[in-house]
Amino acid sequence: MPDQLIFGMEVFLNGLMAGVLYALVALGFVLIYKASGIFNYAQGVMALFAAMTLVGVMEGQVPFSHLINAVLGTDVHHFGWHLPALIGILTTMAVMVGLAWLVQKIIFKHLVGQEPIILFMATIGLAYFMEGLGDMMWGADIKKLDVGLPQGINIWIDETTYGIFGYGFFIDNLDIVATIIAAILVAILVAFSQYTKQGRAMRAVADDHQAALSVGVSLNFIWVMVWSVAGFVALVAGIMWGTKSGVQFSLSLIALKALPVLMLGGFTSIPGAIVGGLIIGVGEKLFEFAVGPLIGGATENWFAYVLALIFLVFRPQGLFGDKIIERV
Amino acid sequence: MTLAEDMGYTTADGRKIGGVVMEMKNITLRFGGVVAIKDISFDIREGEIRAIIGPNGAGKSSMLNVISGFYVPQDGEVLFHGKKRPQMKPFEVAQQGIARTFQNIALFEGMSVLDNVMTGRLTHMNSSIWSQALWKGKAEREEVENREICERIIDFLEIQSIRKTPVARLPYGLKKRVELARALASEPKLLLLDEPMAGMNVEEKEDMSRFILDVNDEFGTTIALIEHDMGVVMDLSDRVVVMDYGKKIGDGTPDEVRNNQAVIDAYLGVSHD
Repeated sequence: MPDQLIFGMEVFLNGLMAGVLYALVALGFVLIYKASGIFNYAQGVMALFAAMTLVGVMEGQVPFSHLINAVLGTDVHHFGWHLPALIGILTTMAVMVGLAWLVQKIIFKHLVGQEPIILFMATIGLAYFMEGLGDMMWGADIKKLDVGLPQGINIWIDETTYGIFGYGFFIDNLDIVATIIAAILVAILVAFSQYTKQGRAMRAVADDHQAALSVGVSLNFIWVMVWSVAGFVALVAGIMWGTKSGVQFSLSLIALKALPVLMLGGFTSIPGAIVGGLIIGVGEKLFEFAVGPLIGGATENWFAYVLALIFLVFRPQGLFGDKIIERV
Repeated sequence: MTLAEDMGYTTADGRKIGGVVMEMKNITLRFGGVVAIKDISFDIREGEIRAIIGPNGAGKSSMLNVISGFYVPQDGEVLFHGKKRPQMKPFEVAQQGIARTFQNIALFEGMSVLDNVMTGRLTHMNSSIWSQALWKGKAEREEVENREICERIIDFLEIQSIRKTPVARLPYGLKKRVELARALASEPKLLLLDEPMAGMNVEEKEDMSRFILDVNDEFGTTIALIEHDMGVVMDLSDRVVVMDYGKKIGDGTPDEVRNNQAVIDAYLGVSHD
């Protein structure tokens, strides 16, 4: 087998796994957009905030310590404990649910029925507010996140591929774990929305608010639930990306990578977010590998957007998005 | 009112009508300076088909929206089963057993007919999320029961052939029927129909009238409906409230209403000399 093809396969696999992470972020967008028609620009910051909170809780950091010290003249920074990852994750989840409730109560409850652009603006405000809040609570420094996920080269794949091709593939254990977790998460979400009462109510709200009210569904409850689920997805994404590249501001920018995924997969489709993520992940890695060297590289910065743009022209609703049918 | 009257009455075709289920007392609803409903009182008895009629803009839909909690009246009381109802959100009203359909149809367009009808059962599902997740015990029983009830209603309304069809693909008349099915699925104590026959042709109207009568007959469902078409209303209903410019101008059996001078004036116009 020619070397180029073997390298290409390795790039392909790595692209798939990067795609899973994109898909995770895109999933959070889809959930909220489906249920409330809000394009949540803050999804990336939610991932950052969740990861920061997780680190803070696990490391026993005192939230708002700078503020507390400045006001009270004290000098507290740490509680002096280290908590296991599971407790940290559960606590962070509780925080995300509380946040979902507050966001609904303070912001979106008052914006029901407003233009989509106004809702979008509100989420931009929310994004910057949460960024500031996160920095204020936990500090703006780059943090290391370690919840015990395996990292580094997968020896088994390396050796097996070496045995077959005479060249060992470099596949990161973390990527493998992320793929498995994402797959489980998606399976749970799909089962939840298809087979449970709350899921059915969620789909009802996503489809028609008035009709949902008439069958006894509380819109407020469903919205808080959806923001909580999106918060959970953000937490998972935050853990994966945070473990990979540290918890820092740039984590919130992965939201921007989710945009082309959404254009490709459609804003309203959970499977679309997954497939879209995979296509973008594989596409940008393969393109960089095959065409990058010819045109000076750094194609990963723009490839996804151009692909999405081309897609938009031919299929504006995305791969799996609801078809736009106009009855005349 | 004598005691005998209060316990209900028997209709000409021999159906027993029970006591008062819902009572509207001096309802007034304003939108800014516009008075949509002006001091209206009437009641709905168990098992009857009660119609609210009136010319365009008379306030009929507003009245239905007050009953179903979509509008909150400035004055007056709503009594449900004899108890004053506190101010409620529409979903809370639905949870109390008051189902409704909409003039402009509000279905879940992306779902199949069966899924739409199943949403009518949401208020009857109370197994915990954990038991649903494990698909054990109560959750499984509930789902099977609910499914059976929905299938029975689907059969009853003769929409078996489109059970799996996405609602968006259905023609108008069938959508109206699916909406009725969804409302029925909740086994409502009171069913509100907002212009169930609007925009239908004669044949579809006849079908819908038959279904409304059958539903009332078969399940004993109390029905309050709004309708434009006088002929249809008179054939269907046991008692009729007539509204005009937000006021009640008549209330009684179809015959009484038909001979009411104020009603005739409202519908046919009156000379001013």
